[in-house]
Parts: sequence; structure tokens; C-alpha cells
Amino acid sequence: MTEAAAPKIRLRDVHKRFGDKVVLDGIDLDVQAGESIVVIGGSGSGKSVLIKSIQGIVRPESGSIQVDGEEVIGMGGKQIERINAKIGMLFQGAALFDSLPVWENVSFGALQAGKLDRKAAYDLAVETLAKVGLTEDVAKLWPSELSGGMQKRVGLARAIATEPEIIFFDEPTTGLDPIMADVINDLIVTCVKRLGATAITITHDMASARKIADRVAMLYKGKLVWVGPIADIDNSGNPYVDQFIHGRAEGPITMDLRR
Amino acid sequence: MNVLALIGRVFLTFLAAVGRLSRFALAAVTHMVRPPFYPRQILRQFIDIGYFSLPVVALTAIFSGMVLALQSHSGFARFQAEGAVAMVVALSITRELGPVLAGLMVAGRIGASMAAEIGTMRVTEQVDALTTLSTNPFKYLVSPRVLAGLLMMPLLVVVADILGIFGGYIIAIGKLGFNSGSYLANTWQVLEPLDVLSGLVKAAAFGFLIALLGCYNGYYSKGGAQGVGAATTNAVVSASILILIANYGITEIFFAQ
Repeated sequence: MTEAAAPKIRLRDVHKRFGDKVVLDGIDLDVQAGESIVVIGGSGSGKSVLIKSIQGIVRPESGSIQVDGEEVIGMGGKQIERINAKIGMLFQGAALFDSLPVWENVSFGALQAGKLDRKAAYDLAVETLAKVGLTEDVAKLWPSELSGGMQKRVGLARAIATEPEIIFFDEPTTGLDPIMADVINDLIVTCVKRLGATAITITHDMASARKIADRVAMLYKGKLVWVGPIADIDNSGNPYVDQFIHGRAEGPITMDLRR
Repeated sequence: MNVLALIGRVFLTFLAAVGRLSRFALAAVTHMVRPPFYPRQILRQFIDIGYFSLPVVALTAIFSGMVLALQSHSGFARFQAEGAVAMVVALSITRELGPVLAGLMVAGRIGASMAAEIGTMRVTEQVDALTTLSTNPFKYLVSPRVLAGLLMMPLLVVVADILGIFGGYIIAIGKLGFNSGSYLANTWQVLEPLDVLSGLVKAAAFGFLIALLGCYNGYYSKGGAQGVGAATTNAVVSASILILIANYGITEIFFAQ
């Protein structure tokens, strides 16, 4: 990789532990601008902590995380807000604010930043909902009135409404039927392409990874055991990746069934 | 040795909790006075605490005033001092029962709902979602609630004072045969501004504590439904205990000779 293009996101030797449990154990990763990287790994392998560290929600003990060359670890509240203004995020359970109607959820970022009045924010929400295939009728509903798939779509609309430079997707297809999962995958691909955004997706759904990823990084026990282009994933020669993508119980990855 | 270690550990955990709560309180207050402000959130909390707590506080106050009149009358009758009923009702309600009972009722109603709401937002990642949308969760969730607790509780206690004295009046006139004019004159005469003022200072302190502990327990809740349940219980229990402790402290400041 040439030095000319500075990575959009750069992680170096990032360590994080909760009590005795090591969650991130020396992570090195560069994500180039406009690249879509998918982080795969089993449940509890530290995938969510990885993106929460980049957003400043979780603070690693050591290492360096840079977004556009700015060090995130140790940043104060105001600066973190500035970094997060570049980032959109789709949460695993959508994490819609259930005290607000759908349209206020979608345009929440723009409303709070004081960029728009309520009428303009409503129009923005309707416009963004259309991009994820939802009609204006949905705008006035409450999150509790939506199905899981619709909540995910509204969550996606909220993530892209501010046209962020970076988007994180936390298990975007978990809990959805295969068809709705594919609809979400397609939406993610088109939204990311349209914005030209840099994307990090966390998933253990290989169908999703194949559709979304330019590159794949596999996380196991807090370490990245393999990073490579999605085209290479079926002949990575890495026993961890092979076991994971084929979903075999036997292999180097062991499930801690008893502690 | 093990016992000593256990005591030490419990004491250290306690100190850590006190430290964390103090930092939380400080952050809540500093965010209260620093922009950006969220007027819609603040208004929502004002209505939730100030308006929707009115029925609970009103009923509590009226019946407490009524019971006070009955009890003090039957007690003072032993010393032929029935005339003191108006004084006992007025002073007890304004100085103690108004703020304390309103505080405990609001702790049950508001402290629990704050802990449950913020706790659910925490475990469903809505609090994290606020951060990712460049909104400080402290400013958006905690400060409006604490501000509303601080300002609305004194208003509720003014209502509680009036209705508590009114409850006593109903019983004194309707049941105990007092003369309406002289009972009211008696009440008016015995009340000093400090009696009411001390009650209102207590109310503000209790309102602050209720909202603070509701938010604190919700904000740090974890572990799904069970965690939110525990946070709710802790919010109500800790707020109630702190209300009673603070009540003693403030009484000592105002009335100790």
C-alpha cells in the first residue's frame, strides 16, 4: 500500500479489556476512504467494541485510533461530537428513539445541530425514507408500530440522513428473514455507493459480507487473524476463516461452552 | 482478616459509588447552564414532573392534613389544649410533611420512571445512538430532568402545603367543631415565612435528588430487563433514603438552636 493515500480510519495496536476479559488485543487496521470493510467473527469476539472505540463511546487502554489523521483516544466531549458528526451508524436493534415519531428519528441529527427548522426536517426525513424504500405514511408512525425490518430501514435512513463520510453497520441483517436481509444488504450497498462513504460493517452473516465487502477482516479472541479482499475469502488458506465461513464446529475456533 | 478485607472492600465500593455519583451530579449541573439547551425536552419534563404528579401529591397532602387534625385533636384533648390543632397542622405540613411526603411520592412516581426510561434507552443502545448523532446524552437526557426536578418540586410543595392545611381545616370545622374564622386566623398567625421557605428549600433539594438518582441509576444500568428492574428499584430506594437524610440535614440548618 502506498503512503500517498492516508487512510480514513487508522488503528494501531489497540487494546481494550473489561475486567479480566481481553476484548481487543493489539488491533492494526487501515480503512481507506470510500472502502467498505466487513469485520466478521463469532459472538463476543469484540466486533462491536471495535466500532464503539472509533466513535469514542468505549475508551481503549492503549494504542492509537485516527479518523482523518485526528487521534480519537483521549478526545474531549466536544471534539468527539465533531468526529461523530462525520459518522452515521446503524445499530443492531436499530436503537430508534421510541419517544419520537419516525420522522424525528430520521432527521434527529440535522434537528439537533440546528441546521433545519421542523418543517424542513420533516421534508428531509420523507426524502431520506424514500431512499430506503419507505413511504411518507411511515414518517408519522412511532418506532413501536414498525416491524423489525422496517425499524432497520428507518435506522438506515437515520444513519444516512446527515450524509456522513463514514458509516458503521452493526449486524445489519441479524434477526431478519433472508429476503428482508437481502433487501437491507442492497440498500446498504446503494446508500454507501451513493454517498461515496467509507463503511465498516460488523456481521457474522456471510451472505451479507459477500454482498457488501471490498475487504474482510476476521476477528478472533481480540486479534485480527486475517485481512484480505472478499474475492480471496474462499481460498484464504487461513484455518480460522475456513472454519467460520463454512460454519464448522471442528477447527481452531473453539466455543467456550463451559467456564 | 477475611472480615476486615470484606469490610474494606464494601467501604471502598461505597466510596467509589459516592465519587461516581458526585461526578455525575457535577456533570448534570454544568451541562444545565451550558448551551446547547433542549427546550422541548425541558418542557416535557416540567409537564411530566410538575403537572402529572399533581393528583398524587394533592391526595397525599389532603389526607395527611386530615389525619393530622384528627390525631392532634385527640392527643391534645388530654391536656385540654385542643386549640393547638391549627398550629400543629400548619407547622407540620409546611415544615415537614408537605415536602417529605411529596418527595417520597414523587420519588416513587418520577424516580422510577426516569430510571426505567433511561435504563431501557441504555440497554437498547439508544444512549449510544445519541452520541453517534453528535448529541451529548447528558445534556439531552439528564440535565433537563434534573432541572425539572429542582424547579417543579417546590411548586408541587406549595400545592401540598395549601391542600394539607385545607385537609386539616375540613376536619377541624366539619368534625371537631372549630370556628372557621378563628381556625384560619390561628393558622395565619402561627405561620412564619421561614416555615414555608424551609419547606420549599427542602422540596428543591428533594427534587434534585430524585431526578439525579433516577437518571444515575438508569444511565449506568446494564444487563437487559433485569438490570433495568434493579435500576428502578435502586432509584426509588436510594432517593427515598437520601430524602430522609437530607431532610434531617436541612432541618438542622434551619431550626437547630
